[in-house]
Amino acid sequence: MVVCDIIFYHMTIDLKTVKHISKLARISLEEKKAEKLADDMNSIFEFIEKLNELKTENIEPLTSIAETTLRFREDKITSDNIREKILKNSPEKNDDFFVVPKVVE
Amino acid sequence: MKLQNLLLIDLKSQKKLNAYVTENFENCLKLSKEFDNKPNYDLKLPGIPIAVKDLFCTNEVRTTAGSNILNNFVPSYESTVTQNIWNEGGILLGKLNCDEFAMGSSNETSFFGNVQNPIAKDLVPGGSSGGSSSALAANLTPVTIGTDTGGSIRQPASFTGTVGLKPTYGSCSRYGIVAFASSLDQAGPMSKDVKDSSILLEVISSFDKKDSTSIDFKRNNYSSELTRNIKGIKIGIPKEYRVDGMPDEIENLWKKGIEYAKDCGAEIIDISLPHTSYALPTYYIVAPAEASSNLARYDGVKYGLRSSGESLIDMYEKTRSEGFGEEVKRRIMIGTYVLSSGYYDAYYLKAQKVRQLIKKDFDEAYNKVDAILTPSTPSSAFKIGEKSNDPVSMYLNDIFTVPVNLAGLPGISIPAGRDKNNYPLGLQIIGKPFDEQTVLNIAYSMEEKINYKNNITDWWM
Repeated sequence: MVVCDIIFYHMTIDLKTVKHISKLARISLEEKKAEKLADDMNSIFEFIEKLNELKTENIEPLTSIAETTLRFREDKITSDNIREKILKNSPEKNDDFFVVPKVVE
Repeated sequence: MKLQNLLLIDLKSQKKLNAYVTENFENCLKLSKEFDNKPNYDLKLPGIPIAVKDLFCTNEVRTTAGSNILNNFVPSYESTVTQNIWNEGGILLGKLNCDEFAMGSSNETSFFGNVQNPIAKDLVPGGSSGGSSSALAANLTPVTIGTDTGGSIRQPASFTGTVGLKPTYGSCSRYGIVAFASSLDQAGPMSKDVKDSSILLEVISSFDKKDSTSIDFKRNNYSSELTRNIKGIKIGIPKEYRVDGMPDEIENLWKKGIEYAKDCGAEIIDISLPHTSYALPTYYIVAPAEASSNLARYDGVKYGLRSSGESLIDMYEKTRSEGFGEEVKRRIMIGTYVLSSGYYDAYYLKAQKVRQLIKKDFDEAYNKVDAILTPSTPSSAFKIGEKSNDPVSMYLNDIFTVPVNLAGLPGISIPAGRDKNNYPLGLQIIGKPFDEQTVLNIAYSMEEKINYKNNITDWWM
């Protein structure tokens, strides 16, 4: 397996990028807050950039500390009928359904 | 019964500390009376009232995670860790304040406001388990439990002169704990002394099929196996923890700690953990990435806050904007960015590789030593507001605790001294995976030598 080493050059995160990321994260942002967020993110990424000092081409990524394979269980229903309990905390419901703003015109 | 009545009197004065988000006092009293009518002292926590961090789901009792988005959330199920406590006779006293979704080191990010450190006015109690450390130090709960993703049990323990233990990853079930960064999150005990933490660990640590990363290993009877005989135990001192700008007070505390450990019969060995300085940058990729994924569930549909919007997407965006606080948004944004197309390899994969190097540092050190001794934090508790405008300086608080989470190891903070302001300072003992017993034993024997006593003046009464 040929693995290239990973080096990232931190580019300044501009307002446009912040707005794009906020779209992806589904968080609406006011213009003024977006500017502050861009500043904060830039200082955090400056700090993160230290990782570039390390060569990591032959290192296996550590994905889980537990080093266990996921356990299988029988494909059987294990819970009681909890429909009521699940719906109880819903901000808006209609009979047995969650209600959301209209999706299709 | 007496204990409960005493607590209830003191608890009325807790408002100024703001340690509790939800009080369960009346119900606790009722259950205590029931216990007294039919007592069972064979249990490990017989009739003991216990308040827990508001990150643990409690059946029919509001669970907020310190967030507006869960302000009205009443779980219909119980976390495994809290269930284990009730099974052993513990009674829920209330839910304790914490940083929003456990993201913070000062409890200042909570939607429910700052928590005061009982040590002195306008001092942070640490975070994210700040309500837990404050309530514990102020005698508003006899023991408590917190969660620790990057230091959230050990740092607040250090700031309040109390004991806090983060167990090995996989020791305590994560089922029913509001998720922050799932590969790092771990619940653990917080108490006045090491013995109480050993009892509580014994209760909360269990194999649980409901958590896919719960590990089935033989757990000790931590409290009955607790011993002060640590003669010949090898304790490593990592040179990389002597960081630039560390106050002399911390350096001196560490030196004193080494002497205490020697007095207890331990052998001190210099070791190296060469990748220590990369732990925080790694953490600030891994934790936000996992958080952004975990917190995607808060969409205003199934539970929690919903803001009104013109379309579904608009509703999502407004709900999350109004429901999350600034620090949580910042971390979701960082996480979304590092996982976004074109950046995944550069950030997330790179961080996972460095995480491997950090873990290997510890693996190698443990060929030579049984445990590692470090300061818990690079400073004592700071003033409310002192660091809240500078995220990076806030993050640096966790410099000594974060590597332990990245490597999944057990670590304890015990009170070990005071700084020039008389604020408490802690020492951290880090152990091998699943070797909580050695960590507890070292802490237990050092505790006796250190003989630390909090001198709290009840200034808030």
